Amino acid sequence: LAAAVDSARRPASIPRPPDRYRTFTAVVSWAAPAALILIVVVLFQQAWPSVTRFGLGFFIGTEWNQVTNHFGAAPFIFGTLVTSALALALALPVGIAVAVLLAEPGAQGIRGVLGTGIELLAAIPSVVYGIWALYVLAPWTLLHIETPATDHLASIPFLGGIPRQTSLFTAALVLAVMILPTLSAVSRDVIRAVPRGLRESTFALGATWWETTWKVVLPAARAGLFGATVLALGRALAETVAVAMVIGNRPEIPGSIFSPGYTLAAVIANEFAEATGDVYQGALVELGLVLILVTLTVNVLALLLVRSAQARPSV
Amino acid sequence: MRRNLWRRFSSTFAMGVVYAFTALALVPLGLVLWFTAVKGLPSVTHLDFFVNAQRPSGIPGGGVANAIVGTAIVVSLASLAAIPIGVLSGIYLAEYGAGRWASWVRLASDVLVGAPSIALGLFAFALVVVPQHHYSAIAASVALSVLMLPVVIRTTEGAVGLIPNGLRESGLALGLPRWRVSLQLILPAAAPGVITGALLAIARAAGETAPVLFTALGNQNLVFDPTRAMSTLPLVVFRDALTPYKDLQQEAWGAALLLMAMVLVINLGSRWVLRRQIRLARQL
Repeated sequence: LAAAVDSARRPASIPRPPDRYRTFTAVVSWAAPAALILIVVVLFQQAWPSVTRFGLGFFIGTEWNQVTNHFGAAPFIFGTLVTSALALALALPVGIAVAVLLAEPGAQGIRGVLGTGIELLAAIPSVVYGIWALYVLAPWTLLHIETPATDHLASIPFLGGIPRQTSLFTAALVLAVMILPTLSAVSRDVIRAVPRGLRESTFALGATWWETTWKVVLPAARAGLFGATVLALGRALAETVAVAMVIGNRPEIPGSIFSPGYTLAAVIANEFAEATGDVYQGALVELGLVLILVTLTVNVLALLLVRSAQARPSV
Repeated sequence: MRRNLWRRFSSTFAMGVVYAFTALALVPLGLVLWFTAVKGLPSVTHLDFFVNAQRPSGIPGGGVANAIVGTAIVVSLASLAAIPIGVLSGIYLAEYGAGRWASWVRLASDVLVGAPSIALGLFAFALVVVPQHHYSAIAASVALSVLMLPVVIRTTEGAVGLIPNGLRESGLALGLPRWRVSLQLILPAAAPGVITGALLAIARAAGETAPVLFTALGNQNLVFDPTRAMSTLPLVVFRDALTPYKDLQQEAWGAALLLMAMVLVINLGSRWVLRRQIRLARQL
């Protein structure tokens, strides 16, 4: 009898047809992870001639010589790190300020205009930033920032030298503009995820707007803001053509931020199409491999930080 | 009392600083739009610019027709691969996206968005150009489709996720199989959002330079054959802007203006459609 009741209760004993649609879409969704893995594998294979020839010395070598087939990545790693760090330093206060305003309850009108503006900033192709930076920003920077700075601050390390239009500093300035949308959009989401109760109770205790923002909301969003910063760093590391147009393309480690330099992405963009020979091409691909492995690591780290910040239970 | 006055003053001051920084953030947008428009206008007011192919410096009447056609071909081919795969993946994430596998797909596509576009160029070079022994528009499409894929996936997931469960349940209650509910009920309802996502991906791909540098390579002539090297608008901007010739630099500004106009139209249009979609979905 028990068995009869049980089977009456469970019409599920009729075998369900397999959900072929689910299987199909699941298989299609392999495309994105597969592409990611395939990219790394293919780049590694292409970089092999350079990997076996230079080994770990590739990362500290400062020579970049197509004639003697001697390649070292140090100048490019240096340029990439310096421009990205500078860009981040420049963009951070502005990006967080924009995020604070965008996350603020109320002020609908300003938020609409600001949000559209920031989104457009993200949509402008990097080559358009590049041509603008080359013909408008670089001459202006030379005249109004670099020349006065080198005149008066030459005693400070990294600020001396002969200023140039195309320099690490100009590249950092363009990068700062280009990472601003990522920084402010992600920071906005993170700040919004801070429980409302926290804000309201702080206001109820008599704190001013600034005290609430600076001492309660921003510290509560700390981990997520760090994630947003790291995500923006990833964008800065990966940026190619805008930087290639204004950095001056000189494969050496300069003594000043107002001197020309080079980045990983820029040297690939400029030299790869003309690169001949397995070692030269391999060296360029190895630069690309370094770049993608670093940005992937940085991005995964940042995404995990941002997600954990957004998933926290609300008060 | 004085302390409170100080606190209120500093709060107002800080708010002023925040507003000032925000205004500062919009300055570059204004400057880029303004200079591209002013410097590009002299080029785009000639019909030659749209109907003629590129010409060497010093020969008048040059245009960017080859690059316009090239951009269209390269981006269409990339869309042909990226949009169907992206939409189906996005549907999978929205409909069955609770499991562990789905979270891997999500992470992979979020990471892929941030992958350096120059690396995608190297990837397509190794995958297509090396075995074929010559540069081609197809190689560029491969690179761009990888670039578009994550954008399409995430916007599709968002758009399908917006559709209320009632629609899905009423379809299932009528005895429709899951695939018909998904493709014939949910997808049409989510279409504006999905199309917007696809358009945004197209705009992004059309503006990319790094992945096409050594895949499509560039070509001064007007070609329609996707197995040959081709030029695209970003390539024209990049190469011409760096030449010392005034007429080619002028051409670069014109091409930059075209790119910018396209991106602005697609982005502002899609914002409008999306807002409408969200409002409609709330009414369902």
